Amino acid sequence: MHLVLFLIFGGLCVAGALNLLLQRHPINSALSLIVVMTSLAVLYLLLGAEFLAAAQVIVYSGAIMVLFTFVIMLLNAGKEERTHGSKAAYIVGFPGAAALLGILTYIFLKQSDHLGSAKLGGYLVTTSDLSRVLFRDLLLPFEVTSVLILVAILGAVALARREH
Amino acid sequence: MEVSIWIFLLLSVLKVAVVTVITLMAVAYTVLLERKLVGRIQNRWGPSRVGPFGMWQPMADGLKLFLKEDLMPTNVYKPLYILAPLIALTCALISISVVPFGKEIYYKGVDLFQIADLNIGLLVILGITSIGVYGIALAGWSSNNKYSLMGALRGSAQLISYELALGLSLVGVVMRAGSLRLRDIVNIQATHGLLSWNVFGGLQFVAFFIYLMAAYAETNRAPFDLPEAESELTAGYHTEYSSMKFAMFFMAEYANMITVSCVATLLFFGGWSSPFGDLLPAWGGPVVQALLPVFWFVLKVFFFLFLYIWVRGTLPRFRYDQLMRFGWKFLLPLAIANIIATSLWLAFRAA
Amino acid sequence: MVVPIAYYLVLSAILFSIGVAAFLIKRNIISIFMSIELMLNAVNLTFVAFAHQWHQVSGQIFVFFVMVVAAAEAAVGLAIIIAIFRTRNTLDVDHVDLMKL
Repeated sequence: MHLVLFLIFGGLCVAGALNLLLQRHPINSALSLIVVMTSLAVLYLLLGAEFLAAAQVIVYSGAIMVLFTFVIMLLNAGKEERTHGSKAAYIVGFPGAAALLGILTYIFLKQSDHLGSAKLGGYLVTTSDLSRVLFRDLLLPFEVTSVLILVAILGAVALARREH
Repeated sequence: MEVSIWIFLLLSVLKVAVVTVITLMAVAYTVLLERKLVGRIQNRWGPSRVGPFGMWQPMADGLKLFLKEDLMPTNVYKPLYILAPLIALTCALISISVVPFGKEIYYKGVDLFQIADLNIGLLVILGITSIGVYGIALAGWSSNNKYSLMGALRGSAQLISYELALGLSLVGVVMRAGSLRLRDIVNIQATHGLLSWNVFGGLQFVAFFIYLMAAYAETNRAPFDLPEAESELTAGYHTEYSSMKFAMFFMAEYANMITVSCVATLLFFGGWSSPFGDLLPAWGGPVVQALLPVFWFVLKVFFFLFLYIWVRGTLPRFRYDQLMRFGWKFLLPLAIANIIATSLWLAFRAA
Repeated sequence: MVVPIAYYLVLSAILFSIGVAAFLIKRNIISIFMSIELMLNAVNLTFVAFAHQWHQVSGQIFVFFVMVVAAAEAAVGLAIIIAIFRTRNTLDVDHVDLMKL
């Protein structure tokens, strides 16, 4: 069951990511990224991270990507053109990424025995477990991120505001 | 629990089918209810020709929409144009799956009155509603029409703005219950009837009003129906849609209304619990005892649907800048203040 | 049935590499920004997988913080994109080659 679900949603992730790479229109890329993020939420659930799965859908698919599509719609972004720069990127990009993938896969599969395996329902982090750590041990970082978000809001407003 | 997986699957599929059919019927008859009530508010009769009291009007409407020609404008972006109504309707219908309709009663290991009992039920509803934005956004963008695009831009901006106030208004309720599981949230309100409901005994009435207003905005209903404001944008994001695709948006809107009413009932009005608590003597057999909570639940949901229609018949539409100002400068600070007040109250009570 | 953690890590490596490739190849500034998000997501999956393996909640906390930072980054980044589009009227990174707006 776990393997089947992993294969389905892992496959969806990879398909979405490839589609993001291959599509020329930003809105199609954005939609494929939404597919990736939502499938990742399912994988989080399989790994027993239920709060993160919900947060992934709400924050990533529901807020960040809406912002992206909003900007694409607002700027009416069209198909991207292939230019000089992209040729160099092709020469460096594909082999580089492939090499990265090769090395990482090799290491992970070689160490597979030490890494153990995941079972459905084997380990579940409930929301209260998560919040206990977040609000006791890591209270200061949590508060600092709130300041970060405030700064980001102000920065975004200042940047996007029209000059008068 | 040694129940055969096939029986479990069969019963679950049956449950999903029953809930889907009931929701779709409820959607159809909410439309009729709305037309009837708004008619009465405006001193007219509303639909009255098809069947007794216009009872068959939803069927006739459905048949009409189904048989109409499905127009596909030339310059639309086809894949997204087709996908958008599907997203809207699916998201609207899925979220009902975590709503518990009645007490926890198991038959062969299957919970009879809830499709999926999740620890994070509340967050799932919020997540699915937040995905629903794409239906509106993509419909407007792919239609290649200025009115549609304006409607979609307004819609997505409105939805992400009001989602904040909506989410924050629920924090107080979650803090009181100490759980995100919808059944836990209801159970804590089921002790003393009316007095222990969150909106009264839980002292969450401010949160309730924030939730109600934000939810009206989330579902694009009057007085926040700017994405489809007829007088400014023809029909907003679904201007270019016809036939079944239009019907999908239409059904999605009403299904969302029903979901919002269900959530309001669960979180603030005690879900399936009776307003009299244990004062009323238990009468009838086990079947009546199992169905009575469902009756209370449906009654409360009906009340909220009625409220929706009443508000629509009463209030004029906001202007766009008023809408944004209201969401960001009034509802959001109020929701945060409510969280602080609730946590202080809970800490005081615990001490 | 069990799934080796290594599979999750390989999946995240695949996603990360696709993100890198897309980051290099894409010419539209919004698409580039989206590939960064894809890489962040791939790393998040690694965190969750390791959190599962070591039975440590802190791995998931990391993901939580990454999400917060990603949200802040998306807000600021998209604001910058809007500002660039307003002054230069293009979204192509090859045409945005001056260190000022």
